[in-house]
Amino acid sequence: MRNWLALAVIAALLAALPLVGNNYALRLAATVCMYSVMAQSWNFIGGLAGYPSFATAAFFGLGAYASAILQNHGVPMVPAWACAGLAALLFAAFLGGAILHLRGHYFAIASLIVAEMLREIVNTLPDFTGGGKGMNLPLLNLSVTGQAQFFFYSMLALAVLTVASAIVLHRSKLGFGLRCIQQNESAADIIGINTYAYKTAGFSLSAVFVGVSGAIYASWVNYIDPPDVFDVLISVKPMVMVLLGGLGTIFGPSIGAVILLLLEEAVWRNFLTIHVAALGVIIVVLVLFLPNGLLALIRERFPAKAMAK
Amino acid sequence: MTALLTLDGVSRRFGGLKAVDDVSFDVNESEIVGLIGPNGSGKTTLINLITGVHPATAGYVRFDGHDITRQRPYRIARLGLARTFQIVQPFPRMTVVENVAAGALFCGHASDVREARAIAREHLEFTGLADMAHRPAATLTLAGRKRLELAKSLAMRPRLLMLDEVNAGLNSTEIEEALAIIRKIAEQGVTIIVIEHLMKVVLSISHRLVVLHHGQLIAQGTPREVVADKRVIEAYLGAKYAAGNPGVSN
Repeated sequence: MRNWLALAVIAALLAALPLVGNNYALRLAATVCMYSVMAQSWNFIGGLAGYPSFATAAFFGLGAYASAILQNHGVPMVPAWACAGLAALLFAAFLGGAILHLRGHYFAIASLIVAEMLREIVNTLPDFTGGGKGMNLPLLNLSVTGQAQFFFYSMLALAVLTVASAIVLHRSKLGFGLRCIQQNESAADIIGINTYAYKTAGFSLSAVFVGVSGAIYASWVNYIDPPDVFDVLISVKPMVMVLLGGLGTIFGPSIGAVILLLLEEAVWRNFLTIHVAALGVIIVVLVLFLPNGLLALIRERFPAKAMAK
Repeated sequence: MTALLTLDGVSRRFGGLKAVDDVSFDVNESEIVGLIGPNGSGKTTLINLITGVHPATAGYVRFDGHDITRQRPYRIARLGLARTFQIVQPFPRMTVVENVAAGALFCGHASDVREARAIAREHLEFTGLADMAHRPAATLTLAGRKRLELAKSLAMRPRLLMLDEVNAGLNSTEIEEALAIIRKIAEQGVTIIVIEHLMKVVLSISHRLVVLHHGQLIAQGTPREVVADKRVIEAYLGAKYAAGNPGVSN
């Protein structure tokens, strides 16, 4: 109940942002929502089931391209976003069947290859995907402020949906089973968990919202090309966010999304030439000194609130 | 009596090693069967074959009318076949009650997590772990973790329960307590296979013994018959002792 209340309050506060914030604030908030979707999604498979997936970029890029191709063939924008989510879901179910029997590092490497593979496929089909030249998306007939608000609300709605799924998942039989798998997969098998089906379901769930976020992103920036939407950083950042916030928790990934974005902005402004290196150092320091994430630190300091999970 | 579990010519090779070699026996409903044998005789491998952890390379296993020879472990578990592990396998960072609830939830007896927790509490009460319900499983003592294994298996409502050395590493008081629990489980009509090193323990609770040596079944019968069997004495103590003992052959 407390989780739903927290979600409702945060969503309501964010929804009021256009009343006080300028377009820059809206762009940052939309990015936080997008990061939050990615981090929450990664947490389904990486945090709950303990399978370190690097496939986020694959789902993101797949969603972006699926939506772009559909829209260039005349499908309206919002149905195209939904189809992008469905495409990512089906792709993950298929992919999960192929690589989820691998464990640990082997799974990580196999999932890392997927985005590269999709990027090459896009590159080799220029008639269909625009190849290396990228693809343009239909422009919205809205003012600059109207567009900023529209995409902010779209990302916010998606983020709320993702967090709501996380709350439901944590209480569900599926979530329980994924936690069992994370802690001892053989023991999970022997007490009657169909581990293969559970992992595949978790992996598919980790793809669907990322696919939609890729589709919204594509409409937002109006132009996508393979290096942008299949960027390996899209796979790495969600893990960093989850580790910053708290692995396997409900709000940890979203808190991590906020921290990472603030860090990125601060570093980018002050160390323009070396910002990637500076960000890397900060992340290493944070993960070394906050190994269980910020939520764990808060719980240690305020044990009375530990039951509030 | 009808056979609940039937093994027929079951074998398992690991490369050139025949860990289990052409083993056949039945376990009847409501029976307590002791599975004994010297170290490395294939007892745990045999349990792994029955539960589907390793597939058998030959022969077949039948449980309650179902052929379970090459079934996946989770399917076998859902048919009502539970086991404990010699090396305990808890979900370490989950609480004791969650560990047991997992057993109830995934074998289809609880429809949701809440109901599974309620069932788990009963089994914690039964195994004497109720006071530790909210501690992480990893913080239990060895005796506690062995009981947790037992509670987790019981929450699956098994028809056949296989106990792989639940008493290993326990002191004599803890063993007495564990035996009392096993007897109570048997009274509820659960069929039990006990793997045990401690002869005193296995002789006192088993209706029947099955003896493995080098992966082969060398004797089966009542405890009295088996301890007098020449091949059994030979396997445990060597040929010299077997010759000096006027054993009863079965």
